[in-house]
Amino acid sequence: MGVNTEKPLIEIKNLTFSRGNRKIFDDITLSIPKGKITAIMGPSGSGKTTLLKLIAGQLTPDSGEIYVLGENVHTVSRKRIYQLRRKMGMLFQSGALLTDLTVFDNVAFPLREHTKLPESVISALVLMKLQAVGLRGAKALMPAELSGGMARRVALARGIALDPEMIFYDEPFVGQDPITMGVLVELIQKLNDSLGLTSVVVSHDVDEVLSIADYVCVISEGKLIAEGTKDQILQESTGYVNQFVNGLADGPVPFHFPSDSYKEDLAKLSGMTVNDSKGSV
Amino acid sequence: MANARQKIQSLCQSTGQSSIELVANFGRGTLFILGVLSATPSALLRVDLLLKQLYVAGVQSLPIILMAGLFVGMVLSLQGYNVLVDYNSEEAVGTMTALSLVRELGPVVAALLFAGRAGSALTAEIGLMRSTEQISALEMMAIDPLKYIYAPRFLAVLISLPMLTLLFTALGILGGYLISVGWLGVDEGAFWSQMHSHVDWHDDVMNGIIKSVAFALLIAVIALYQGFNAIPTSEGVSGATTRTVVHASLGVLALDFMLTTLMFN
Amino acid sequence: MKRQTKIEIGVGAFVLISLLSLAVLAFQVSNFTGWKDRPTYQVSALFDNIGGLKVRAPIKLSGVVIGRITSIEVDPASFKARVSMKIDQGFNELPMDTSASILTSGLLGDQYIGLEPGGDEEVLMNGDEIEMTQSAIVLEELIGQFLVKFGEGE
Repeated sequence: MGVNTEKPLIEIKNLTFSRGNRKIFDDITLSIPKGKITAIMGPSGSGKTTLLKLIAGQLTPDSGEIYVLGENVHTVSRKRIYQLRRKMGMLFQSGALLTDLTVFDNVAFPLREHTKLPESVISALVLMKLQAVGLRGAKALMPAELSGGMARRVALARGIALDPEMIFYDEPFVGQDPITMGVLVELIQKLNDSLGLTSVVVSHDVDEVLSIADYVCVISEGKLIAEGTKDQILQESTGYVNQFVNGLADGPVPFHFPSDSYKEDLAKLSGMTVNDSKGSV
Repeated sequence: MANARQKIQSLCQSTGQSSIELVANFGRGTLFILGVLSATPSALLRVDLLLKQLYVAGVQSLPIILMAGLFVGMVLSLQGYNVLVDYNSEEAVGTMTALSLVRELGPVVAALLFAGRAGSALTAEIGLMRSTEQISALEMMAIDPLKYIYAPRFLAVLISLPMLTLLFTALGILGGYLISVGWLGVDEGAFWSQMHSHVDWHDDVMNGIIKSVAFALLIAVIALYQGFNAIPTSEGVSGATTRTVVHASLGVLALDFMLTTLMFN
Repeated sequence: MKRQTKIEIGVGAFVLISLLSLAVLAFQVSNFTGWKDRPTYQVSALFDNIGGLKVRAPIKLSGVVIGRITSIEVDPASFKARVSMKIDQGFNELPMDTSASILTSGLLGDQYIGLEPGGDEEVLMNGDEIEMTQSAIVLEELIGQFLVKFGEGE
């Protein structure tokens, strides 16, 4: 820690959250610095998306607090959390565009709902945002006509429509071809620098994330196991972080799902067949 | 022995668990409905959203409702004529058709068709919006889905079904008229005047409309809640859609029995 | 915007034809004549036997409907059936000695109350009671009377 002297934009303190009997987060404490790109990495199913929903107040933790811009998102009023959310943008994995509106209307949607700007100003703003993601030409298309990467870019344009202070990316690179990934990586970087945003990228695409992140947190089995600058993370040569960053098949996370010993299983199996043949005779 | 004990134990466990789930489900449903109701007044102000949902729920259900109404009325009058002609009172066929349509068949059949046509579509749409994270996205854009998604649909169902019921009933009577007067040769004047003097505005027509409002409420609550509560996967959404049709249809029939007992007894 | 117009036209047409069906149901199919709005006055009558008379059955004068029955109950003092009816205010000059009989429309039709005006100067007012009444004809009694008479005649 200590890379930033400014007060962090988002602070998570002793967060615990479980779903059913499974603990998804177990006493996590971390802070996200302002104006930087912070990456939260972890294997599939480690609850990275859940963390974003917790920060946005869509889910409530079992214990612990989350402060956004100095306010505890789970104790403030419903009205206040909606006000806070206007300062947040979120890019969902699927894009989550409203399927019954055109690209243009999707980007215009938050503006029309939250502002009383005249239509001409809204048009200008929408075209500007679409231009920023390079899809001004696609404004009349319906979401169903877009490729996955294009849908994400439109969703990004929608996410920045209200000029938020922070933007969350939920697995922005999943299932994209290398060119689209390159486009998205550049967009995230560019938007962060030009708009002065604070970005939080949740992902397990190590190479792409490490190429843009200023600050990296690694979560596994509900615990924060490493945090630091990109270089600090890369220098870890042992343990889980090493396995994750370098994509090794076996390591602290075993290749095999926990089970009885293979030998015992085989013995049981043969024992059963012996029993069976006895029984049937 | 140990095996049997284990079985009993697990049976108790699963019974307990499912009853807890049932109660939790009930609570979740009630909270959801209260949320929708509290968002309804502000949804009335969003005419654009309401119009669109009226179009989807009401206008797009028109063909099936009109066709069904016409056919039901035609069949009713044909069957009624066959019975009544034995008693030399075939003029009463208009009364019979109108009374059965206004009191029972109009509200009930229109509600059943509506549950299948619009209720299932509503559940599927909301389930899909959830599975494609559109509802989460709305929340993140600081737009309350209760106001933007649920309440306009709730209102649209509540308004559409009574109107569709009126149309169904009127078309049914028209169908009855076409068959009995046009085809079977019942006297036109007697057909209308008998109907006119036996069908009561307050006791028959109004009670039918009240029934259809009650059915609309039931269908809206079931369809929206199933969509809201659907597991956001394709199996989850298809299961929820089926449940909407089954629960809403059974609910309509049961509620109809209760209302009939209250109103016409 | 074109889609919006389509929606507006569709919903507009939907509302219009629904209102039209409501009007058909009100005026063509049922007897929506606005009894509630038209002023009425209440009178009552005691009958020995009302037969199959029902609430909301019509009150007829020379065969024309001028009112409806509002309630039927047993009068605790006389043990007779008290039938209350409301009559259209337009017919507020019925003589005091008007008689009321329970009649049947056709052989198997519904029962109604037929009024037969007398010649009194005084008129029926709200809350008055019609004193001359004729109960419903009960088929069993009629047959019984006929048999008695038939026996006497022998």
